[in-house]
Amino acid sequence: MTVWDPTDSRQGDGPVPGRVRIRTDTPAPTIASRRSEGARINDSRPVVFDIRDMSVYYGSNRALMGTSVKIRRNLVTAVIGPSGCGKSTFIRSLNRMNDSIPSFRLTGQVLYHGHDVYGPGVNRVEVRRRIGMVFQKPNPFPKTIYDNVAWAPRNLGLRSGLDERVERALRQAALWDEVKNRLRTSALGLSGGQQQRLCIARAIAVEPDVLLLDEPASALDPVSTAAIEDLMHSLKNRFTIVIVTHNMQQAARVADQTAFFSLDRVDQVGTLIEFGETEEIFRSPRDTRTRDYVTGQFG
Amino acid sequence: MVTGPRRTVVRSASGAGQLGDRVLFGLCAAAGLLVAFVLVEIIYQLISNSSTSISRFGLGFLVHQSWNVHLTEFGAAALIYGTLVSSLMALAIAGPLGISIAIYLSMLASPRVRSVVGPLVEMLAAVPSIIYGFWGLIVLVPFIHNIEPGLHSVLGWIPLFGPPQTTGLSLFTGALVLTFMILPIIASLSRDLFLTVPGELKEGAAALGSTQWEVIRGVVLPSTISGVTAAMVLALGRALGEAIALSFIVGDVTKINVNLFAPGATLAERIANQFLGVSTNLQLASLWYLGLVLLVIGLLTSLTARLIARRFDVERSMAKAVMA
Amino acid sequence: MSAGTDLKVDASLFDPTAPLTASGNLRRRDGVDRLIRYGATVAAAIGVAMLVLVIYAVVSKGASVISLGFFVHNPVGLVGGGIAPFLVGTLEVVAIAAVIAVPVGVLTGLYLTEFAGPSSRTGNALKLGLDLMQGLPTIVVGLFVYGLIVVGLQGGKQSGIAASVALAIVILPLMARSAQEVLLLVPGTLREASDALGVSRWRSVLTVILPAATGGIVTGAILAIARAAGETAPILLTDSVFSSNSVSLNPFHGIATIPLYILTIADQAIPEAFAHAWGAAFVLLVMILFANVLARVILARSRAKMGGS
Repeated sequence: MTVWDPTDSRQGDGPVPGRVRIRTDTPAPTIASRRSEGARINDSRPVVFDIRDMSVYYGSNRALMGTSVKIRRNLVTAVIGPSGCGKSTFIRSLNRMNDSIPSFRLTGQVLYHGHDVYGPGVNRVEVRRRIGMVFQKPNPFPKTIYDNVAWAPRNLGLRSGLDERVERALRQAALWDEVKNRLRTSALGLSGGQQQRLCIARAIAVEPDVLLLDEPASALDPVSTAAIEDLMHSLKNRFTIVIVTHNMQQAARVADQTAFFSLDRVDQVGTLIEFGETEEIFRSPRDTRTRDYVTGQFG
Repeated sequence: MVTGPRRTVVRSASGAGQLGDRVLFGLCAAAGLLVAFVLVEIIYQLISNSSTSISRFGLGFLVHQSWNVHLTEFGAAALIYGTLVSSLMALAIAGPLGISIAIYLSMLASPRVRSVVGPLVEMLAAVPSIIYGFWGLIVLVPFIHNIEPGLHSVLGWIPLFGPPQTTGLSLFTGALVLTFMILPIIASLSRDLFLTVPGELKEGAAALGSTQWEVIRGVVLPSTISGVTAAMVLALGRALGEAIALSFIVGDVTKINVNLFAPGATLAERIANQFLGVSTNLQLASLWYLGLVLLVIGLLTSLTARLIARRFDVERSMAKAVMA
Repeated sequence: MSAGTDLKVDASLFDPTAPLTASGNLRRRDGVDRLIRYGATVAAAIGVAMLVLVIYAVVSKGASVISLGFFVHNPVGLVGGGIAPFLVGTLEVVAIAAVIAVPVGVLTGLYLTEFAGPSSRTGNALKLGLDLMQGLPTIVVGLFVYGLIVVGLQGGKQSGIAASVALAIVILPLMARSAQEVLLLVPGTLREASDALGVSRWRSVLTVILPAATGGIVTGAILAIARAAGETAPILLTDSVFSSNSVSLNPFHGIATIPLYILTIADQAIPEAFAHAWGAAFVLLVMILFANVLARVILARSRAKMGGS
């Protein structure tokens, strides 16, 4: 049995014999210490998303097979799988960000606290207000750092206590100390990792219920990636988090539960293969395709 | 992605090749020099042909209000006033209207509608000014003449909308015709600018739970403000220089009048109307002087638009560089 | 007040389990959004209506005089006959202007793409010059050519050539810009391949680059010609001839043109002649709009051929 340290931050996703990464900031918790509460506690948490047989079509092409999965409150749920297997499609369907694609069609139900996100009379803007999203490539507005974070709260009418709100969001995104003296400078002057944390701060400034993160660290260097992964632990106390990642070690480091998607062998449609506690997915996966993926035999 | 030419060292196999290259370069350079020559010559021609008037009136020409051939009094003030008023009013209408159309075309219309409405709006720019002038004279002037009393009764408390004159020829009607001519410039340039705003920025704003208008107001408009302003300056320049369309419509009356419903005159249409029937040398030189003023205005608006647009390009390429 | 990292769950700003309808101030914001979108649609409708208004007037008032005879007969005074000399005159004056402006424009575009790099000083100066030229009021261009050619070279006599020169100045910046844009679109790989084969620059330009850019250059030329056909101010001062009763082809004399025909009728304000002016306007408008549509079609085809950009 190969020794495999999942806290290794190298980009590869196969077993790396005997290598331990030395971190200069707070040491990342090992799997064992973080998950000591156990699967039972996780599964007793209230359900935020109850996705029932959701299929996604672009025109006549099916992109996502009927998917059923439950996403629970105050947990980090990771969505992993090889590229092109529909992870992004899946997560973007949760807050209706796929609506802008003309040929997009969805069947099945996406129940958010019991309400179908695609139901009649649903206000799309309201959906996104409650379910926020951070994208793969940092996309700060060409405004000041302060205005980036304050923009959405201002729209929502949350003008009193704006300074505190901005500071709180930046602190929670672990960016405050680096920018507190230059809040009125352009956000475009920040580094990539800082910009992404700014986007996270921007998303949490309006205090959504859910945070969707679509490969938030894939465009960043390892140090920034580590900083963002650290955020997950504190953020999940306030938000429910769904994070798409192509980096298995990242999923193992940050996620409580994991969903593994892959392309169906026959139809080449994205399919949810297995879902469960992260520990089980990686240590004792039930499906052979999952085992093949997490042990690096493909993907 | 546009890949431009790479400047490689040209190694010609034969002497004929080198000669050909030199000929090509010579032709291209000559073309470039021709452009420079024309510009310089224009300035020279205008200055030298107006010298009589310049030496007689100096810069006071610009503030002198009357234009009277028999009394040999020539001044551009009323014409400058008419030019500015008609053009600025046209810009005041075409600006918001054009930006709204651009918002519609770039962000609200389905691709099919966009591909029809977009070219239709652009066609407004293809209509020659003589047709706008003729149409304005036959159709618009009588129509406005009919509604001016109504407008006066409603808005007459503003001195701009004083009592209408008998003919219906006015700066107001002139401004309306100018609106037709400059609207497509603003609409299509702004639409192109709005389409360059990266989709990720708009998506990021939408993902925060904002309405489409909030995305436009918070992201699209601020990041294109320089370009849109440059487009408006270009449109203004077009309006300031229009001669033919206005020559039938504003009345060619040399008088400064706050009342927009009164006839007036502009620099360009005064030249168009009087040049061929000129009677004295001083009048001729004064018309050339008007042309010189117009030239300066034209050069200034081009330079201003360029300056504003260049700053916009710098900001955008900075944004792109950092985000890469 | 400490704004530290809270680990306890704050009281939420909203109830996440409530139905997904507008909460807080969203109803008002949605209203504003709907209003703006409605307004933008109305604006677009106004824009289209403006075009329809003008075209309808020209078509409805001008169609009555359109006939085959209208195109081939000479005018009978101001109020009758056809527009043959004006039509021919316009075509001739515009053609000569194109013969001047298109090659010079293409050469200028070639200079900017082949010989002057992006930060070259002469290149930037040339671009500035073209921008300034484009911003010149057309009446000023007319004044210039009047002074340079009509007075300077022809002793006060107006001519078709002078009008063509004036029109050429008006359309040259447009031609140069569209030539430059389409030359830039020619892939760098084509140039590199040609250089690698040791082909001299002039031969590459002639046999590789220009052919690849032909579609765009033709489009630019058509649009420039359409623009020239409608310009009046440059012709007014250089070639404002009306007295032509028959088709005249000599460009060194005055040549009657359609815009000046319309202008003269409008100036004289003879209502009986208006129908003919509308007819001439109709012909002019159709020619120009047709040229615009043609240019778009060619542009779309050549873009498809180059595999999009």
